[in-house]
Amino acid sequence: MAVFDQIVPLLAATIRVAVPLVLAGFAGLFSERSGVVDVGLEGKMLAGAFAAAAVASITGSVWLGLLAAMLVAGALGLLHGFVCITQRGDQVVSGVAINILISGLTMTLGLAWFEQGGQTPPLPPSARFSEVVLPLSSLIGQIPGLGPFYTNVLGGQNILVYPTFFLVPLAWWVLGSTRFGLRIRAVGESPAAVDTAGISVVRLRYAAVLIAGALCGIAGAYISTAQGAGFVRDMTGGRGFLALAALVLGKWRPWTTLAGCLLFAALDAVAIRLQGVILPGVGAVPVEFVQALPYIMTIVLLAGFVGRAIPPRASGVPYVKDR
Amino acid sequence: MSGTALRLPWWADYFLLPVLNLALALIAAGLVVVATGQSPFEAVTTMASGAFGSGEGIGYTLYYATDMIFTGLAVAVAFHCGLFNIGAEGQAYIAGLGVALVCLYLDFLPFWLVLPLAIGGAALFGAGYAAIPGWLQAKRGSHIVITTIMANFIAYSFMEYLLVNVLIKPGQMSPETRYFTPNAVLPKMDAMFAAVGIEIAQTPLNLAFVIALVCIVLVWLLIWHTRWGYSVRVVGASPRAAVYAGIAPSGRVVQSMLLSGALAGGVALNEVMGAQGKLLINFPAGYGFTGIAVALMGRNHPFGVLIAAILFGALYQGGAELTFDMPAISPYLVVALQGLVILFTGGLATMLRPTLVRALRIGRR
Repeated sequence: MAVFDQIVPLLAATIRVAVPLVLAGFAGLFSERSGVVDVGLEGKMLAGAFAAAAVASITGSVWLGLLAAMLVAGALGLLHGFVCITQRGDQVVSGVAINILISGLTMTLGLAWFEQGGQTPPLPPSARFSEVVLPLSSLIGQIPGLGPFYTNVLGGQNILVYPTFFLVPLAWWVLGSTRFGLRIRAVGESPAAVDTAGISVVRLRYAAVLIAGALCGIAGAYISTAQGAGFVRDMTGGRGFLALAALVLGKWRPWTTLAGCLLFAALDAVAIRLQGVILPGVGAVPVEFVQALPYIMTIVLLAGFVGRAIPPRASGVPYVKDR
Repeated sequence: MSGTALRLPWWADYFLLPVLNLALALIAAGLVVVATGQSPFEAVTTMASGAFGSGEGIGYTLYYATDMIFTGLAVAVAFHCGLFNIGAEGQAYIAGLGVALVCLYLDFLPFWLVLPLAIGGAALFGAGYAAIPGWLQAKRGSHIVITTIMANFIAYSFMEYLLVNVLIKPGQMSPETRYFTPNAVLPKMDAMFAAVGIEIAQTPLNLAFVIALVCIVLVWLLIWHTRWGYSVRVVGASPRAAVYAGIAPSGRVVQSMLLSGALAGGVALNEVMGAQGKLLINFPAGYGFTGIAVALMGRNHPFGVLIAAILFGALYQGGAELTFDMPAISPYLVVALQGLVILFTGGLATMLRPTLVRALRIGRR
């Protein structure tokens, strides 16, 4: 059973780390499948993290915090939409602007409002999302092997974990089988064709960036009020870009994007445990190498040496009706 | 009606519109200051006097501006070829390794030999690291935005590994190299002026500022007054037209990324060989991203980059001053302002165009 003792905490950690990646990755999925490139996932997550922590600490209600995070990040999604869809500005520039703006804005407002050097006050357990204890945990937990899996991997996870993983089949169904989802995908491949069919390209893309914003908001709320207990400077720590990498690695498809997120999360969980461990035949693996691995894998994939990642055809191109 | 079809007089396109966009960014930043419960006018005067009110202020302003000239030029050169280089941060970081290797291991040479070698090290390492995304874009069609973002993170991990495990000065905790010997450090501006008998305030401003100014002129000559620069701009404007004109776009893509990375390497000269005199963790400190704002605001013209860099240098120095005089305003306000400048002068660059066309037409009647 020694193997189980190693694997159970690893699986549990993988799921914990994967949640914000999955949420942000699927945010990117909706946006980019509609033809709007989104390198601003990081900024929207950070804004969500700040909004959630700030509102939770003022009102004491973590659910209001989550709502605020979705609203703020959703508003940023609309701003991104205004630049990219209405003004037909450069989509990458807009995303970069949002990332930098939020990095500075959260610190500025945080310092002025809470006077704790830019952080929000530490949240008490009642103002955070807590872990779920599955029924009969104490009983089933005693079964060797299966027990810890039930209590620590299936159960014992944060309450936000379960809807996140429910989101994956939902997004797969929406994008693959509903009228709305098919139109989102069509508008990312050939907006002119969608327009000819009498469907508004603008409205579909706005819907997509709004969904992307709201999902990033949940991801941010998870980071500051479930994983953490308050807002800290740049606390998303590049996870928005990691999600972007997973999206590329997943070739802009739901299940493969999920696989990418889980892979990166597993690497993160392994990296912490590998610190100072000497593997037989390999020697000590530098933690920094494991950390860089997701980015190296993404570049290799993009280079087309292993498989080929082809983005939606109209992504990054503003739609001009009168052309 | 598409905004780009409307005609504006050249002065409105090159001066009025950018100034109006910048004004919008500043107004938005002023609203942020209002949201913090402070007076935006007091903040502006505090920042202006902090940046230009003393010799020390001016020295720091120009020292910050030096980094931004290098990264601004790096982003601008890539823009001219139609490439968005978000990787100046990582390229500058790797260039720090090139500078440090020269300054640590060739420090038995006299300064006049170390200097060109260090400049070469910075340019070579920066260019080399930029060449990877450039080559992948040119030959494999990998999108340069994604690859340069990923390359930044790989650079962070790689340099952290080197500094923690290899280059660290033995017997200390913080991941830094030893100090370079005096003959492997760029002279400070105050020391250089003192040598000719003029006394100025002691600041980190150093010889790299002069190198940055030289780079501005060289880039200007290269982009606007050589055959190569012309071909790069053709590729940036229309790769298809370039092919018809007998220009190979892939070659220009790789070459302009090489130049872009080499310019980003200038940050390493200013920080590692100039201000710090040692290689330390995360020394580029976001200047690679500031370069995007600087290039956009300077409209990708070298002289525009100079003006924008000095303005942002002043904002950095003024922002640092805010911490002492108005502690309720975070110095990170300047970071937010950078984002706003990128938003209004980049993403929303043409938002005011139709309004301006209408206003000018009425004015003419």
